[in-house]
Amino acid sequence: MDTTHEQIAGIIKEKFESEVLSVETPYDFLTIHFKKEKIIDLIRYLYDHPVAKFQFLTTLCGIHYPDQKQIAVMYQLHSLVNNWRIRIKIYLPEENAVTPTLTNVFAAANWMERETYDFFGIKFTGHPDLRRILNVEDMIIFPMRKEYPLEDQTREDKKDFMFGR
Amino acid sequence: MADDAIKTQHAVEENRYSTLNLGPTHPATHGIFQNVLTMDGKVIIRSEPTIGYIHRAFEKLSERRPFYQITPLTDRMNYCSAPINNIGWHMTVEKLIGAEIPKRVQYLRVIIMELARISDHLICNTVIAVDTGALTGFVYLFQFRELIYEIYEQICGARLTTNIGRIGGFERDFNDVAWAKLDKFLKEFPEALKEFENLVKRNRIFMDRTIGAGPIAAARALNYGFTGPNLRATGVDYDVRVMNPYSSYEDFDFIIPVGLNGDTYDRFMVRQEEMWESMKIIRQAIEKLPDGPFFSPNVPDFYLPPKEEVYNNMEALIYHFKIVMGETDVPKGEVYHCVEGGNGELGFYLISDGGRTPFRLHFRRPCFIYYQAYAEMIKGANISDAILTMSSMNVIAGELDA
Repeated sequence: MDTTHEQIAGIIKEKFESEVLSVETPYDFLTIHFKKEKIIDLIRYLYDHPVAKFQFLTTLCGIHYPDQKQIAVMYQLHSLVNNWRIRIKIYLPEENAVTPTLTNVFAAANWMERETYDFFGIKFTGHPDLRRILNVEDMIIFPMRKEYPLEDQTREDKKDFMFGR
Repeated sequence: MADDAIKTQHAVEENRYSTLNLGPTHPATHGIFQNVLTMDGKVIIRSEPTIGYIHRAFEKLSERRPFYQITPLTDRMNYCSAPINNIGWHMTVEKLIGAEIPKRVQYLRVIIMELARISDHLICNTVIAVDTGALTGFVYLFQFRELIYEIYEQICGARLTTNIGRIGGFERDFNDVAWAKLDKFLKEFPEALKEFENLVKRNRIFMDRTIGAGPIAAARALNYGFTGPNLRATGVDYDVRVMNPYSSYEDFDFIIPVGLNGDTYDRFMVRQEEMWESMKIIRQAIEKLPDGPFFSPNVPDFYLPPKEEVYNNMEALIYHFKIVMGETDVPKGEVYHCVEGGNGELGFYLISDGGRTPFRLHFRRPCFIYYQAYAEMIKGANISDAILTMSSMNVIAGELDA
């Protein structure tokens, strides 16, 4: 972890010491694992912070971890002034994935959250228009969850043991 | 407040508004997406976009494909500049596996990416001219897009969906025909582009139609996650090539053109200037092109060995088999890599769990993110401005829907 990463982590820990679960830097990219309750407060704090100024939402997406029975939401922010990037991940329980919306801070979050809802079933409370966006409206599943396999499961020729795994 | 005013009015004079379907297959939308417009005469009161008509589930598909098979999926996002998507994806995987890429490969990639940027902007700008009534530039400049496609053809054998290069480099070096065509392009294109520019840049009709059409302020654009020429037209000089240089972009001398008002004319001019800058970069890359291999020799687990070796060399045969069967081991990790695509920051967020396919792959598609501002940008405009706004934002349906 180099000095910039330490500085950003310091800024976050200044106010949210107890909410930070862990700090990592895989491939030199600062990643904060955060408790889900205070996520919007954190992002708003980073947005308003006089030094950090994380005022650009690069992307937002869901990740399903079936082994932990969790769905993560990944927020990636960019401070254009300092050219700092940060990734924040929160973990929601699989059967009740609910988290507040980010649309009040970033207008860009609107469709990104709709997409995440569409594919993972994460409910963003307070979202102005939480409908499916890319899939058909009468779809009843959330297709990016890992329990929906892509290929026909009766096929034997593509099982892992065929490839020595 | 304006919204409420409109709603009350709507309740009182329900018959005053008419509904108009713009799309899904309207020729002026240049792609398959729908806007349901509520019109007061010719003024747009409300617009409701519907997207997803060509959604092909690339993120899900990627979870069942070895890394090299994902490249053709990326082609089909922004199909106007497919090589940038391909090379962006290659670089993401190279970051994950920690591959050192030779300088020559990086420079060749820069040449191709800048050609792709020119062809992308070329389509967008000439189509703006078409939408204002000038078909000539479109037809005239298309022969140069054709020439760019011929260069691709020499390098990778394909034209539109290129699947160009490989993880670790290129499948073959540029041949003489490719260099000759590149020379021809650099010699003839500037003149034609200049002619096109003279045709429209100071054209009274064109200026009247585009200046002030579909504007957005810088702060609003940033809040909406704009990137690329659309953001730069508002005056923010954010360009991934300069902010986070990749593929040796730091070696080249070029400027980032910015606009001021963020309207259709500024977007047009920013793209126009970027084409000149791209040509500057290509010239520098050719001039400084170092010698060396056209692929990285350090990643035999990912780079398909040349065919002669596969037939004559046991090791190469084994690697060939392993790569094609998707049996190579990949390190675990999370990587984000972004490139400056035709429309802005094209990002690849890749999580690998060590399996032969990505655990999760997310594409940051610039179109998808900035198109949500469209409804706001055309509110209160008339329909001809809405068409111009859409074409000048360069909304590509493939990138929108993934």
